[in-house]
Amino acid sequence: MDNDIKIDVNKLNFYYGKFHAIKDVNLKVPGKKVTAFIGPSGCGKSTLLRIFNRMYDLYPNMRVEGQVMMDGRNVLDKKEDLNMLRAKVGMVFQKPTPFPMSIYDNVAFGVKLYEKLSKTEMDDRVEWALQKAALWNEVKDKLGQNGASLSGGQQQRLCIARGIAVKPEVLLLDEPCSALDPISTAKVEELIHELKVDYTTVIVTHNMQQAARVSDYTAYMYLGELIEFGDTDMMFTKPSRRETEDYITGKFG
Amino acid sequence: MSFNNRLYFQRRLVNVINLSISMFTVVVALFFLGWILYTLFLNGFHGISAATFTKMTPPPGSAGGLVNAIMGSLLMVSIATLIGTPVGILAGTYLAEFGQTGWLAPATRFINDILLSAPSIVIGLFVYELAVHSVGHFSAWAGALALALIVLPVVVRTTENMLQLVPSSLREAAAALGAPQWKVVMMISYKAARAGIMTGVLLAIARVFGETAPLLFTALNNQFWSTNMEGPMSSLAVIIFQFAMSPYKDWHDLAWSGALLITLFVLGLNILARSMFKNTSSN
Repeated sequence: MDNDIKIDVNKLNFYYGKFHAIKDVNLKVPGKKVTAFIGPSGCGKSTLLRIFNRMYDLYPNMRVEGQVMMDGRNVLDKKEDLNMLRAKVGMVFQKPTPFPMSIYDNVAFGVKLYEKLSKTEMDDRVEWALQKAALWNEVKDKLGQNGASLSGGQQQRLCIARGIAVKPEVLLLDEPCSALDPISTAKVEELIHELKVDYTTVIVTHNMQQAARVSDYTAYMYLGELIEFGDTDMMFTKPSRRETEDYITGKFG
Repeated sequence: MSFNNRLYFQRRLVNVINLSISMFTVVVALFFLGWILYTLFLNGFHGISAATFTKMTPPPGSAGGLVNAIMGSLLMVSIATLIGTPVGILAGTYLAEFGQTGWLAPATRFINDILLSAPSIVIGLFVYELAVHSVGHFSAWAGALALALIVLPVVVRTTENMLQLVPSSLREAAAALGAPQWKVVMMISYKAARAGIMTGVLLAIARVFGETAPLLFTALNNQFWSTNMEGPMSSLAVIIFQFAMSPYKDWHDLAWSGALLITLFVLGLNILARSMFKNTSSN
């Protein structure tokens, strides 16, 4: 698996003000696979995910040390073009965040930022993204409606469509199903399965069954440290660390 | 579980007492509002005719209207809005979207709060010194400027508040797609906060439409039709002040009519603002 490492994390440390949130993390995320981050609340898994597209840059008082290499370039380098990076790394959040505009415009929003497409090309792209996100059949007759008029599960799939419409290389999913009902969750998980053919996917989840179902590799984090990282099947059957086993089997704490 | 009857009736009693008190205060507030509107209509309505909108303010003892005052008010309020709104929206945007670090945003916010609560007569005096005393004559420009200084802090404050109501997850989502910050603000934040910001602007307009103090010694007054911004200009508020203080019956009637017009205008703007906010925030 060493040949196609997409994201290579080296000695990463992260601070919220004085709070040391990520401690000396080393991690190699393989390309075109699904990697899950699991761990109890506050362990830094979301923080780690949000470092990959430098979301922390939006807020003051945050500091990062170390390296995150993506395609041979350190994304943490201040000189790296932040917006180009984010165009390459899509992200879906915990709560659905439809923009206050039509379904069509929601999907086209990101595309318009970096590509000049004709009307028909854009139509095709929007349809393609909505097809990929398994939402097309439900919304094809109401593309002009406001994105907020959809149900929660549909909104989340709209956000996924919006994320893949820009054709990123990496897809970051921050607990994408935590606000969804079981049926919508199943749809999103199915989607993750299909997407890994084209994208490197990193998913943060509280739900261990979900991690076991969707991921190829799993990283267990605790109190800002990476405790164990490896093949998902191995992690869930024969974890090498005691802490991991305790967490997975529910003996934790 | 045993049911405690005494506790239950005590709670019911407290509920009834508090509800009665709050309903009583609502009735009191509405009563005075109703009384004001009733008095305005009683005294002002019969004076309103075509002449109100076609004739100049008359000398005492002859018939006339308010058209020069209406025109003056509309002109000065429009210009004040045109000056105050863009500056206010931009400043509010800076406070909400860009000024997370440094001293500039907190300082601006503090000064804006002071400006927001500054007595309007003080603003009038300031503009008098700045734009009347220095050039040696009263002018509608000075009046519009004084009104703009009242519009400004209201717009700054509502813009900031409305933008802060936009969930940061929306901004993150847009930024995560690679949108630069100015695009996030223009295409996401403004879109989400549009109804609220527009409401703030309308309420600011409604507020300055009835302002008298800042116009008293800036735009002064004018008996005749004038759209010359370089010279003194009439306005509804100042006309009401002048005519109501006079000893003449027909001037009193015109003052009542003017007061009714201002109230209806403000009421209209408020209803418009409300319906706009309702329409866009519900879908």
